[in-house]
Amino acid sequence: MSAPLLAIEGATKRFSVAGREVLALADVTLDIAPGECHAVVGESGSGKSTLGGLILGLFPPTAGGLRFKGEPLPARRPLALKRAIQLIQQNPLSALNARRSVGQSIRLSLDVHGIGQRSGRSERVAELLGEVGLPPDYARRTPRGLSGGERQRIAIARALACRPELLVLDEPTSSLDVLVQARVLELLMRMRRQHGLTYLFITHDLAVVRGVADRVSVFQKGRLVETGTVSAIFDSPRTDYTRRLIAAIPVVSAEEAALRDRFRSPDLRDEEATE
Amino acid sequence: MTGLAESPIWQAFRRNPGGMIGLALVVLIVLAALLANWISPYPAHAGPIGDFGAITAPPSAQYPLGTDTIGRDLLTRLLFAYRLSLEMAVVVLAITTPIGVVIGLLAGYLGPVWSYALMRLTDVFLSIPPLVLAMSIMGFLEPSAVHGMMAVTAMWWPWYARLTYNLTRAEKREGYVLAAETVGAGVPHILFREILPNCLPSIFTKMTIDVGFVILIASSLSFLGLGAQAPTPDLGSMVSEGAKYMPEAWWLTVFPALAILLVVVAFNLLGDGLREALDARR
Repeated sequence: MSAPLLAIEGATKRFSVAGREVLALADVTLDIAPGECHAVVGESGSGKSTLGGLILGLFPPTAGGLRFKGEPLPARRPLALKRAIQLIQQNPLSALNARRSVGQSIRLSLDVHGIGQRSGRSERVAELLGEVGLPPDYARRTPRGLSGGERQRIAIARALACRPELLVLDEPTSSLDVLVQARVLELLMRMRRQHGLTYLFITHDLAVVRGVADRVSVFQKGRLVETGTVSAIFDSPRTDYTRRLIAAIPVVSAEEAALRDRFRSPDLRDEEATE
Repeated sequence: MTGLAESPIWQAFRRNPGGMIGLALVVLIVLAALLANWISPYPAHAGPIGDFGAITAPPSAQYPLGTDTIGRDLLTRLLFAYRLSLEMAVVVLAITTPIGVVIGLLAGYLGPVWSYALMRLTDVFLSIPPLVLAMSIMGFLEPSAVHGMMAVTAMWWPWYARLTYNLTRAEKREGYVLAAETVGAGVPHILFREILPNCLPSIFTKMTIDVGFVILIASSLSFLGLGAQAPTPDLGSMVSEGAKYMPEAWWLTVFPALAILLVVVAFNLLGDGLREALDARR
């Protein structure tokens, strides 16, 4: 395996909640390879979002550390490092400022990092909107009245505008409708191929993981229970906890699968791009 | 772009009778104050000179609200007093709001050390009854309209600091703030471009209601002789001057008092209507 893009080395995080110490992440060591889609799964409270927060630099680890491309990540990150690691949030409704236009929200990434000529930034915003399948006139709209799927696409465009290397996806589809979920996932996977991105995909949905991830890390109560390729984890889970998680995936019967194929429109993606 | 007539805020506001009455009264009061020079029956009576032939005359066709002890038309003086009061309220709010808002934003967004220091300072000011604070400031200043304004300003900003602090704490938890942080935006951008626009509706609503209350406090100061000095027409000093001649010359006290009541109620109704219209839209 090539040198990891991100190395998490014995990271521990304790929070104090109402005077009580809570161990959110316990001595986690994990490598994220460049270009991979690394799923982080576990129930709520398993520490997966804490891991995301550490990687984004929202708070420092209590012990241990992180390395990005071999360099330790400092507590106060310079702009260039902030730019390289971006986030897609779970709730697209609150992720966009209702009082700023879509264009302003995307353009912020370009302005903060001085990406491209000033005069060309409006065009770049239109390009980014196009990349995520939205028409350029969305730049002038406010998020009000946009669907969850559209807002999530805008959030993706905003993250892409930074030209990131690692994207932390914190349950990016779990607050969307089922149909929209599939399309946003498709978009994310296409962006990953086109831009050579690395994903840390935080989710509790193992069915999604099987479809998109290369490797999986299973978390339970702040501990890394096991990590491996998708096929290794799904075919021969080593722990009871992982087995229970896999057993909880809803099963699609052969009849249901056939039905699903019959109704699947071949140009679903194009339909949504123009909706 | 949608015009004001189609805006959802206006649509919601229009359905609120209280708010509409408040708006009508406020427009009327502001126009009357602005046009006092032209619409008042005896503009000269705003100064020290009155009609010596009609001293302390009760309300009549010639003097609709009567005259004072040196024969000046009360209606004229009330219109000019409104002008002074509104000017004071606008100046006070124009100074206190930005100060309070910036302190509230900083305390609400930055770490616990900042919020502790700034909000305890705010609490010190809030813990002193407003009129007492203003009176003690006036204790070492010469009584005048400008000094009265300064005293009211010193006691008014903490309310905006407290309001903005609470709003900022709530907005800080929203995903758009996290998004701006992860993109790498600086603190000034996050405070003034992201969080502040979301706080403005509540701040504007409070400002509207406060116009009435600033006038009330300023009138209280001048009632005590700590505000505008004679012969400037001022609501508070008119009430206190007139009180000496109660109950015979009742109009000298009753009409200025009603004028204060009217302006406070008008801005309150307008502010409540605005708040409801903005809440309905959320």
